[in-house]
Amino acid sequence: MSTVVSKLESSRDLEEYRSEVCGRAARVDCTVRVCCGPGCLPKGAAKVYDGFVAAAGGPGEKSVAVSSKLTGCQGLCECGPIVTVSRLWEERGDSPHLPERPATNLGSVPGCAQMGTGYPLGAFFPGGIFYQRVRPEDVAEIWRESVEGGRVVERLLYHDDKTGTAARTAAEIPFYRGHCRVALALCGVADARSIDDYIAARGYAALAKVLASMTPEDVMAEVTRSGLRGRGGGGFPTGKKWRSARDAHGEPKYLIANGDEGDPGAFMDRALMEGVPHAVIEGMIIGGYAIGSSRGYIYVRNEYPIAVDRLHDAVLQARRMGFLGENILGSGFSFDIRINRGGGAFVCGESTALMASLEGRVGEPRAKYIHTVEAGFHGKPSLLNNVETWANVPPIILHGADWFAALGTPKSKGTKVFSLVGRVKNTGLVEVPMGMTLRQIIFDIGGGIRDEKSFKAVQTGGPSGGCIPAACLDEPVDFDRLSELGSMMGSGGMIVMDEDTCMVNLARYFLRFLKEESCGKCTPCREGIAQMLHLLEEITAGRGRPGDLERLEQLAALLEDTALCALGKTAANPVLSTLRYFRGEYEAHIAQRHCPAKECRGLFRYRIDAEACTGCGVCRKKCPVDAIAGQRKEPHVIDDEKCTFCGTCRDVCRFAAVTRV
Amino acid sequence: MGPSEVHEQCSRRPQQACGANPVRRIIDRYGGEPEMLIPMMQDIQAAEGYLPREHLRTLGQELHVPLSRIYGVATFYASFRLQPKGEHTITLCLGTVCYLKGADRIRDAIRDEFQVPPGGTSPDGKFTFAPVNCLGACALAPVMVVDGEYFGGVSPASVVDILRKVAAGRQPAECAADAGNRQEEGREARET
Repeated sequence: MSTVVSKLESSRDLEEYRSEVCGRAARVDCTVRVCCGPGCLPKGAAKVYDGFVAAAGGPGEKSVAVSSKLTGCQGLCECGPIVTVSRLWEERGDSPHLPERPATNLGSVPGCAQMGTGYPLGAFFPGGIFYQRVRPEDVAEIWRESVEGGRVVERLLYHDDKTGTAARTAAEIPFYRGHCRVALALCGVADARSIDDYIAARGYAALAKVLASMTPEDVMAEVTRSGLRGRGGGGFPTGKKWRSARDAHGEPKYLIANGDEGDPGAFMDRALMEGVPHAVIEGMIIGGYAIGSSRGYIYVRNEYPIAVDRLHDAVLQARRMGFLGENILGSGFSFDIRINRGGGAFVCGESTALMASLEGRVGEPRAKYIHTVEAGFHGKPSLLNNVETWANVPPIILHGADWFAALGTPKSKGTKVFSLVGRVKNTGLVEVPMGMTLRQIIFDIGGGIRDEKSFKAVQTGGPSGGCIPAACLDEPVDFDRLSELGSMMGSGGMIVMDEDTCMVNLARYFLRFLKEESCGKCTPCREGIAQMLHLLEEITAGRGRPGDLERLEQLAALLEDTALCALGKTAANPVLSTLRYFRGEYEAHIAQRHCPAKECRGLFRYRIDAEACTGCGVCRKKCPVDAIAGQRKEPHVIDDEKCTFCGTCRDVCRFAAVTRV
Repeated sequence: MGPSEVHEQCSRRPQQACGANPVRRIIDRYGGEPEMLIPMMQDIQAAEGYLPREHLRTLGQELHVPLSRIYGVATFYASFRLQPKGEHTITLCLGTVCYLKGADRIRDAIRDEFQVPPGGTSPDGKFTFAPVNCLGACALAPVMVVDGEYFGGVSPASVVDILRKVAAGRQPAECAADAGNRQEEGREARET
């Protein structure tokens, strides 16, 4: 994507190059952005993108100069693939090379008014016409009507369920209200493969600023003052960690980005690495300068092949332009990055296990009497931060610690990216200021619960986190409050559950996950989780005994006190938090052998609603154990003695006549 | 040694299979550093579809790493496979969201229909079945991937249907187009 240029040797070179890139951008009449993020890609977004590229490169004189961009996640995965078409005046307002944006265009962005105008928030999400659920066959029409004609294709616009009105731009869609993109600022805006797009939006300007005018001490002071805390879940103050790494004795020092996003139900890091790989890289170079390290590693999940490729390409681009390698921008500072792929082990998200894996060994954690900032990778001082933490560094440097600290709550500054998924209407990727309430995120942004069901709980923090019930919906989301509620921030997965989800079964799911992912090194984790899982399996199978809940609590306390690493210490959280808020549900499983959510097989019965049953006979034919009887066109009946509760009848009934009691 | 030299190699998904003396070539790709054992094993698996015993033996000899340690690594990480792969690979997401939307029943349906245990290969060699913790495509849950082709919003019945077509020789991509259209029709039908 980027044109061949020689290495940039100074900040001045970078500024000149940026002017050149912006000048090129200003000659484009119309920009088409096709979201190829984690949600849109499997829905055929790549074919849509190819369609636009083919249209732009087709024969004949073109009336407009068009730039087609393949972008990272634009957020509203539910409605993918997403395509935006914007005119030059709808592009970024902060570039002197582009004409002023009409004041009425996007309007104000609620929740972000305090963010000032210096930062590329005008292009917060792409301006211009917002099309959803675009199929490859729609490309020709969009091209003819919108790109060439400047008109809107009504049928592809987003329609608000509640009001029935069509939204022309993203800003008019409720999902996008309250978003505040800092780490993801350019995700969905810049072409994910292009370093030029990143540079045009003041990418690497923070690095240039650091190298030209700041000492390592200044950088650390700025990061400390911003109040940034680790985005991987722990929430440890980033500045403090950097300070320890800088002060640690030993050479060389290593710097690591944790992109081993293992929490099931989370794809924030994936979206970030695929959408704005350069933000992670720039943050790491700045970190390297601050702590005195010249060797960086990015550890990425092997299940994320696109992220691996994007990061790899980005590293090569950055090297070619002189942001990585020897004597970066003529400063004398050298830094380079290597990318390692994980092997599919959840425990490798733990810092010591990750470092063992980087060394080519089995990913077993060790006790952290000595922190990894003092002796980590190869026994040397090693600074590990989550990729989202790294991506927050360039904006902090560029716009200042005060700007960043003005966002969020007193103890949790800035924004957080969440993957909002589960039984919520608008699934997608959101970045909001810390301190927003769960209700705002789930109901205002997420649009509430699907299929007219009621909200039951939201699971945050992955397998180490917990479930938060409806009574706590008005709690603000920050590191400390979520911990007090018995859950945790975690890396940012937010899984919404409705009334049909059994909390005991959910706890069982997480414990089974953790049992399989426990590395087996320490006994409490290896045996404790297995025993807790055994109890939960008995309970969900209707064989729970009095005293089981107390036994679960004892095991939970034991794990927390004695397990070696965070995986084991927090393994009981899914059980403890559901016991705290949904104890009655556990008791019903044990005392009444009944699953109130009607999810645990055998702990509820199937019934055929005589009113709704048309007697079509499909369930009778499909029942594997011949438990259903009935005459044609007469209501059918299930024989409980024969029924094995497989649920096939409910799956095949086209009249929703099979119910659960 | 400067950082550039140390970081000369960036691990990348290999695009083509290894030729003659494949292990040696892969070792050279990483400068023969024993700490790059895992990337090397990943490259062997990408080329061969699994980790052949002979290759691991060569790897151990060349790197002076005991075979026991290599075996430990191969069995610790879920993505490594010591048996050859079937003709098609089914990846089923068992992440939280997929699970909540019935992924375990889908797993059972695949297992029962094609006699393929999770993590194993079907007796006829058609399918290798690899359930994974999360694919990060939660918005499409439940998600199944067949030979790299994504199928979102699947059900026990629809996966069996798709996989039967694949077993009968149809391309997963064609099946995906079919499934996508049907899903779309279903959505439109519901809306009207």
